[in-house]
Amino acid sequence: MPEEVMTLGSPAGQFNEEMLIRRIRDGEHDLFYELIRPYERRVYSAALAILRNEADAEDAAQEAVLKAFKHIRQFRAEARFSTWLIQITVNEARMRKRKEHAHMLEPIVGHQDGEGNYTPRDFADWREIPSEILERKEVRHMLSEALASLGEKYREVFVLRDMQHLSIEETAKTLGITTASVKTRLLRARLMLRDLLTPGLGGSWSSKLSFAKGTKPW
Amino acid sequence: MVVDCEHVWREISNYLEGDIEPDLRAAMEEHVRGCKHCTAVLDGTRNVVQLYGDERMFEVPLGFSQRLQRRLDENMHHDRRGFLGWMVAAAAAVLVAGSFEVGRSSGFSHPELRSEHAHPGAGVPPDMLVVVSTGGKTFHVPGCPFIHDKAHIQTIAAREALREGYAPCIRCMRQYLNAGWTKRSKRPLA
Repeated sequence: MPEEVMTLGSPAGQFNEEMLIRRIRDGEHDLFYELIRPYERRVYSAALAILRNEADAEDAAQEAVLKAFKHIRQFRAEARFSTWLIQITVNEARMRKRKEHAHMLEPIVGHQDGEGNYTPRDFADWREIPSEILERKEVRHMLSEALASLGEKYREVFVLRDMQHLSIEETAKTLGITTASVKTRLLRARLMLRDLLTPGLGGSWSSKLSFAKGTKPW
Repeated sequence: MVVDCEHVWREISNYLEGDIEPDLRAAMEEHVRGCKHCTAVLDGTRNVVQLYGDERMFEVPLGFSQRLQRRLDENMHHDRRGFLGWMVAAAAAVLVAGSFEVGRSSGFSHPELRSEHAHPGAGVPPDMLVVVSTGGKTFHVPGCPFIHDKAHIQTIAAREALREGYAPCIRCMRQYLNAGWTKRSKRPLA
């Protein structure tokens, strides 16, 4: 569970956040950094997951934060501030990606079939993975590589739902797609990542047995 | 209710979301208990969600916070200087406003609009965040149901949208449209 969910997501944290926003709108601009500080990591990781380049991601993250500052008066209290901030970040990163024609380097994983047509390939059993393995740099690198190899439309949905913890509806709104598309892409992204990571993180019980052989369950 | 492996895989994501009917959930759990393949897929997928959901997954680069704070500071101070400059300019504008009114004549004209169907966006707050799509011709408030090509939208300031030739959506931007202009003449009403 992310730290900010435990603090700012709580009723007391929410109240503090609303107070901060009100004071910033009233002219105490220096408080803005205090407002966004708990979300720095999330803003950066959202930009990085889309742009896949650290320098570009940092630049996009900074620009998104500046835009949030400039437009803080447009923030509506019915949404969570974190969701609003992540939406701005995602739009900023997507805009940069389009401008730089980065889609020409888009990997092919995830494009071979229509949405949802994905059959698990590897049935090796996974033991329970302790979260402490994330302390290991090579594991984080492996996870980043796997995520980067997903097609853009799957990666975006996965990042917003499973890493940024937006709801299905918020994810759909941010990306301008239907909730049904979010669910379909999320299913596929999760299964693809599992297949990609099984050789490194899964066990060795069995692999590529009869299920994978030419069957298309849906 | 009885489900097979394919059905389990198809619903595995919704299962983890807790977004399935109780009957289906029970049937899936019954199936998974006796199926090594589905146990492997379910455990693996659950692990994937847990690992990537952990905030330790990404670290910000060294110095990221300091650079961000510095950029914010620069921007805020720039805005303050800009505000002072704006105040001076506004005062000057007030002084010349009278003479401008006197000097205004029938020769004064607004620029031509790009499209026969476009409405001028002069009333839209320039800093307002609006949504445009790459192939579209209009800009919208976020969430407007009339946005075309929703897969390729981006959020930009209204000023930028106007500069790039987008016209305000006549539905969601109605309140900002200049009611004094007519479609036919593209000129302000007298």
